[in-house]
Amino acid sequence: MSRLGKIARRTFLVGSTAVAGGVAFGYYSYKKPLTNPLLADLDADQTALTPYLRIDQSGITIITPRVDMGQGAQSIQAALIAEEMDLDLAQVKVDHGPPSSAYYNGAVVAEGFPIAATNYGFVARNARAFGDVVGKLMGLQITGGSSTVPDAFDKMRKAGAVARATLVQAAANRTGIEVAQLKTERGGVVLPDGSRIDYMELAPEAAEIDQPSEVTLKPQSAWRILGRPVHRIDVTQKSTGTARYGIDIEMPGMVYATVRTNPRLGGEMLALDASAAEQARGVIKIEPVTGGVAVIADNTWRALQASNMIDFDWGPAPYPAEQGDHWDAVAAAFTPGLQDSRFKDEGDVDAALSSGDGIAAEYRVPYLAHAPLEPLNATVLFKDGRLDIWTSTQIPLFVMDSVSHFTGLAAEDIHLHVEIAGGSFGRRLEDDFVRQAVEIALVHPNVPIKMTWSREEDMTHDFPRPLAIARGRGAVSNWQVTSFDLGIASPSVTQSQTGRLNQSVPGPDIAIVAGAWDQPFGIENYRVTGYRAPPLAPVSSWRSVGASGNGFFHEGFLDELIHAAGADPLEERLRLCWHEPSRKVLEAVGEMSNWGSDPGPNRGRGVAFTLSFGVPSAQVIEVSDTPDGLRIDRVFAALEVGRVLDPINFENQVQGGIIWGLGHAMQAELTYADGQTEQENFDLFETMRLYQAPEITVRGLENDAPVRGVGEPSVPPAAPALANAIFAATGQRIRELPLNKHIDFV
Amino acid sequence: MELIVNGARHEVDVEDDMPLLWVLRDVLNIKGPKYGCGIAQCGACTVHLDGEAVRSCQLAVGDVEGEITTIEGLGTPEALHSVQEAWIDHQVAQCGYCQSGQIMQAASLLADIPAPTDAQIDEAMSGNLCRCGTYPRIRAAVKSAAAKMRET
Repeated sequence: MSRLGKIARRTFLVGSTAVAGGVAFGYYSYKKPLTNPLLADLDADQTALTPYLRIDQSGITIITPRVDMGQGAQSIQAALIAEEMDLDLAQVKVDHGPPSSAYYNGAVVAEGFPIAATNYGFVARNARAFGDVVGKLMGLQITGGSSTVPDAFDKMRKAGAVARATLVQAAANRTGIEVAQLKTERGGVVLPDGSRIDYMELAPEAAEIDQPSEVTLKPQSAWRILGRPVHRIDVTQKSTGTARYGIDIEMPGMVYATVRTNPRLGGEMLALDASAAEQARGVIKIEPVTGGVAVIADNTWRALQASNMIDFDWGPAPYPAEQGDHWDAVAAAFTPGLQDSRFKDEGDVDAALSSGDGIAAEYRVPYLAHAPLEPLNATVLFKDGRLDIWTSTQIPLFVMDSVSHFTGLAAEDIHLHVEIAGGSFGRRLEDDFVRQAVEIALVHPNVPIKMTWSREEDMTHDFPRPLAIARGRGAVSNWQVTSFDLGIASPSVTQSQTGRLNQSVPGPDIAIVAGAWDQPFGIENYRVTGYRAPPLAPVSSWRSVGASGNGFFHEGFLDELIHAAGADPLEERLRLCWHEPSRKVLEAVGEMSNWGSDPGPNRGRGVAFTLSFGVPSAQVIEVSDTPDGLRIDRVFAALEVGRVLDPINFENQVQGGIIWGLGHAMQAELTYADGQTEQENFDLFETMRLYQAPEITVRGLENDAPVRGVGEPSVPPAAPALANAIFAATGQRIRELPLNKHIDFV
Repeated sequence: MELIVNGARHEVDVEDDMPLLWVLRDVLNIKGPKYGCGIAQCGACTVHLDGEAVRSCQLAVGDVEGEITTIEGLGTPEALHSVQEAWIDHQVAQCGYCQSGQIMQAASLLADIPAPTDAQIDEAMSGNLCRCGTYPRIRAAVKSAAAKMRET
């Protein structure tokens, strides 16, 4: 754990973010039972057998502390509890629950350590276990890093089993029948004579019983929900317009706000003329907020309209104004002084490449916006010293903490209600928009205020995925790749994101090299070096974080070397890969795509592989070079996730991740001019549309443990598989995203 | 002015140039149609005007001549439209935010063209953006709904 030792005592890496202020309580505190946060707010007729369960006469509510942003988090969390309790999913309601350290995420902390997922050694296992300790001690309730399922898989099933055992005991106490003779099914205890007692009826008695400390989980063979094609709990609501997002909240007496702040992020508002806006119909008040103003009106459109009537004089950006300067700053970062990490250094790359006749190439990926389709919003009400906030966030406890700090309100006076999100992709790991809404509430108390950003505000005020440059050098001999040296320079997401939380993380930023340094290939001379470019535009975690660009770098350059060696792209990857579960996903896509067969004239296949978030993920993509442009025909994807818990959502997530990866790789980028993004709406930030979507065949493999999350790992291999397919079909090697700078798509 | 939405008459006192989307959402509290871009680039606001799919964010309420149907008027959880049934069967939705618009677009397509070709589906549905990437399922659901609607 030597690298862990470098982390300052009270600071811990958390996925791609970091948190300071944790107190080392020691193992005793870690083992201490958590307080059940539901007990604080329970009505007289309600019981809460675990932090995940609230039962009253109207039914059973499962608390799902990881927010649903479209990834199906609520469904899978509910399924884990329902499986062990013998509940039908159709019987239960779900609720994100109160922010609480009881809902800590141990898996997301473990993911932040510089230990490859393929490392099963003693130190690696202990570090991951330590991640759980840190997560619990610090009470990190975070949704992200594809960690919901890995974190919840045992924890929530155990909570369900404890609740079931307690309810069965209550039935035994009531009836005098031995526990061994009682069964449970569909939300009730079944007696030997076939009669049943509903859980709802037993709950008050169960609440009085000491809960068992040890429970036995169902064997996989007895699962009725997990591993089976079930309906997501939200699918009917989301198909009938009845799902309620934060942006849909209505309350009596509500007013509607929008904000305009300096699109040169972090810059000041020097002056404004709001005289026309003040006179516009429906405008109630124009209030200052940090870096700009809020317009409060009697409906959202009037607020948006009035905000566009204001003349602003914005101050300069605290970063380079022009895109070219951003690239120059990253390109200049390949220096020993800015070296950030070298987690992979095998063989002797310098000696192997000293002759200078190796292969060299430079790759680039641009800034990218999160742009969830639901524009950011928050509803707030500050009344009688109590602050209520309704919004969707991946970081409820951070939000509580940050709002408490800047308002001076005690945590118990802040009530955060977490709503489902119309997408996030990492955007709601930031609390900027929530703080703005709270600022408005403080100066405009006693009425509920719904603050909604315009799409333009959303896109110009994103914290994008950072731009990055990779420089590869390599050598081949005897039809084999023998040397691979990749340097990656990028601004640090971790530094930027934690800086906004007034934190800092010493030591290297894993995100700069994630998805490149930790790949399970055995190349004779193999080195991956991270360089930390200076802070430029503020940046943040974007679906699959560092691996989103590094997969393209590693797999694009490896493909070049394989072709230079005259080897087959799939065969050579298999030869180099020493990790059996990873080999299996490569073999699977080979078989699925009939790799090696003739793809036909003007067609080509590309393969790519990235291990990220512990998931080996391989894709083969087939493209056609047509007179109308390049067309993506088919994608074959295989991923090793330990266990496929929800097969339909698994397929949907993987398909969605691939479309996310491909769409941005094809045609999207954010560029800065005059200090702000040139793209303000979807007309200039085009991702994939339906007519471009390929047929995508997905296979989930179950050869490895532990169980993994699948929200992100299908993203990184998509771009390189496409670029490698384009090379196969056209002979054109594209080393820069978006690809449409160099080739036209259908 | 008077509006007919989902069969009900409403009297609204708003500016002529207020987009229909915001009249529906903020004045009539009909929240199925969504705000995504405000410039007819994403289709999340799609509703029917006399059965034709229109982008309600770009339709001034003063220009509305005809009856409006939103997703709430297409079908309900208790009485689903065939397109909604197909959307549920295929479990299309991820975040679901675009799906009201996708479903309204698809319902309009199938009302016009009961057996659309792949190219016709591509053309009709490509104005509706899905950031989650549910396109393969949207395609499958449109085809299922078409088949089912032809049967009945």
